[in-house]
Amino acid sequence: MDSLNSLIDGFGTALTPVNLLWAAIGVLLGTAIGVLPGIGPAMAVALLLPVTYGLEPTGAFIMFAGIYYGAMFGGSTTSILLNTPGESAAVVAAIEGNPMAKTGRGAQALAAAAIGHFAGGMIGTILLVVLAPTVAALAVDIGAPDYLALMVLAFIAVTSVLGSSRIRGLASLLIGLTIGLVGLDQMTGQQRLTFGSLQLADGVDVVIVAVGLFAIGEALWVAAHLRRTAGEAIPVGRPWLGGDDVRRTWKSWLRGPLIGFPFGAIPAGGAEIPTFLSYVTEKRLSKHKEQFGKGAIEGVAGPESAASASAAGTLVSMLTLGLPTTAVAAVMLAAFQQYGIQPGPLLFEREPELVWGLIASLFVGMVLLLALNLPLAPVWAKLLRIPRPYLYAGILFFAAVGAYAVGGEALDLVVLLVIGLLGLGMRRYGLPVLPAVIGVILGPAAEQQLRRALQISDGSLTGLVNTPFAITVYAVVVILLAWPLLRRAITRRTPH
Amino acid sequence: MTTTLKSLLRGRSELGVGALLLLLGVLVLTDALTLDADVTGRGPVGPATVPLVVGCGLLIVAVLLTVDVLRGGRGEAESGEDVDLTEPADWRTVLLLAGVFLAFAVLIGPLGFPVAGALLFWGAAYALGSRHLHRDPLIAAGLSLLTYAVFDKLLGVPLPGGPLMGVI
Repeated sequence: MDSLNSLIDGFGTALTPVNLLWAAIGVLLGTAIGVLPGIGPAMAVALLLPVTYGLEPTGAFIMFAGIYYGAMFGGSTTSILLNTPGESAAVVAAIEGNPMAKTGRGAQALAAAAIGHFAGGMIGTILLVVLAPTVAALAVDIGAPDYLALMVLAFIAVTSVLGSSRIRGLASLLIGLTIGLVGLDQMTGQQRLTFGSLQLADGVDVVIVAVGLFAIGEALWVAAHLRRTAGEAIPVGRPWLGGDDVRRTWKSWLRGPLIGFPFGAIPAGGAEIPTFLSYVTEKRLSKHKEQFGKGAIEGVAGPESAASASAAGTLVSMLTLGLPTTAVAAVMLAAFQQYGIQPGPLLFEREPELVWGLIASLFVGMVLLLALNLPLAPVWAKLLRIPRPYLYAGILFFAAVGAYAVGGEALDLVVLLVIGLLGLGMRRYGLPVLPAVIGVILGPAAEQQLRRALQISDGSLTGLVNTPFAITVYAVVVILLAWPLLRRAITRRTPH
Repeated sequence: MTTTLKSLLRGRSELGVGALLLLLGVLVLTDALTLDADVTGRGPVGPATVPLVVGCGLLIVAVLLTVDVLRGGRGEAESGEDVDLTEPADWRTVLLLAGVFLAFAVLIGPLGFPVAGALLFWGAAYALGSRHLHRDPLIAAGLSLLTYAVFDKLLGVPLPGGPLMGVI
């Protein structure tokens, strides 16, 4: 019952006029970003980091959470009406949603998606309320070796689960770790990789890295391959659902979160895998199998619900363990660091107002999103007409503003461009960006925990694995690493 | 010999990624090894340990990646909603954009944010193919002034006003 009381206090925080305003701004921005091609929620949060320098943390995180959830809502609009997903999480929505729109059932597809997001987000957030304090309580006395184990897990998971090539994921992670090394060593004050430059002695700011890789890198990459003929969005009316559709979809809305939430909480690439799994499940359970591929409404409802629930799952890992499982969570973790707040088990004790205000605002944001998206979908669809030169020029513009606002140094802009070109090259040669960002954010912290753990054990390596928690986490790491071998062994044994 | 080498390298610009990783690894290792060894600091793990691990990791990955590319492995270029991978890459636009961005970094000091920012947006939109002689600069100026006002006055994030704001 403790968490219920805390949640009620949280609503007290979330429902103050100022925080309501931030939630509204967040969901509006998030929906717009989700609808717009080329801008993902991670890029949006990265671009907004400098805006928050003048804000207090609660308002900033309420806004960020609104963006995260809003982008999920908005992404499905683009998927359904344009057949080009605005977010990677919305890829599956296009499979059934776009055929529905083409056959004149766009309004129903949008409604099924919006209500699916609402249901998934609500159920996911309720699970977050129930589970997060428990996880935090269990993890509350974990020490340096445990933290190190968690970070190693994050490193291995993002490099081996994401993308098609482990070598390229690992290369990306090592690039990130290298950038994280630049500057003064936190324990001895030795200069590392600074080459005598005073500016580099401060290290490369995480904001610059995130904005460079996510915003500049993406804008330059799109510029190199800009589609000359943009797709036409299918015109659509106000979303609504008939009784038949509701009877077909309500179970899908409830099933989605069961798949989405656990996948969001583990470092498995965010919403892509659960939305796909949910789609397959719906196809198997549907009474209208013949409609799949031609516009089956369950194929929109289930995956969209799973997508929003996975966002809630992501927040569980980030808030209770400080473990970012998606790009958005990674950038939000960077924001926590900017404020000098350490997410982790102690966060619920030290910053109850922030955490519970944030969680309560998720419920508020969900209601706002449903209210915004059902009647306003045709208006949002108009955003798709924005001329692409303005869109990408705007991204470069705001990236420049952000990087300059970090320290008022023109040199930061040059560093930003260099990291942006790095991001461009990574996209060209299939190196995933997320491992690099995780490396920059968690690398220095992991090094500190490693040295602390070895200091306690007086240099003995057993000091890294002397807790059951750490051993469990390393076991998971070993399974992840050995997975390709295991899979080969399993498929070889099962006869065709 | 040269022809086989050429045919081996053709279409394998990705080998450059391996070379870059190798270079980075050497750089990190040299830096770690030239650290002041006397300052071991507190604890058994000094400031050089992690860089040594990262540097060695970079060398190993560089070799693995090169082997992978030579055996025909390819990094998948990232797709996206506005990305058309069937056309060859338009590096001219990228260079123009990088130039515009560098110009912004140089000009923000002397001209101030409102003017430099407007030039950045206009230049970037031009590089990306927008050719509205009247609309583009107007949007650029409006966006830049609005951003300046919001950041500098509303959010309390200082941006340089430059001579223009001095006049107004």
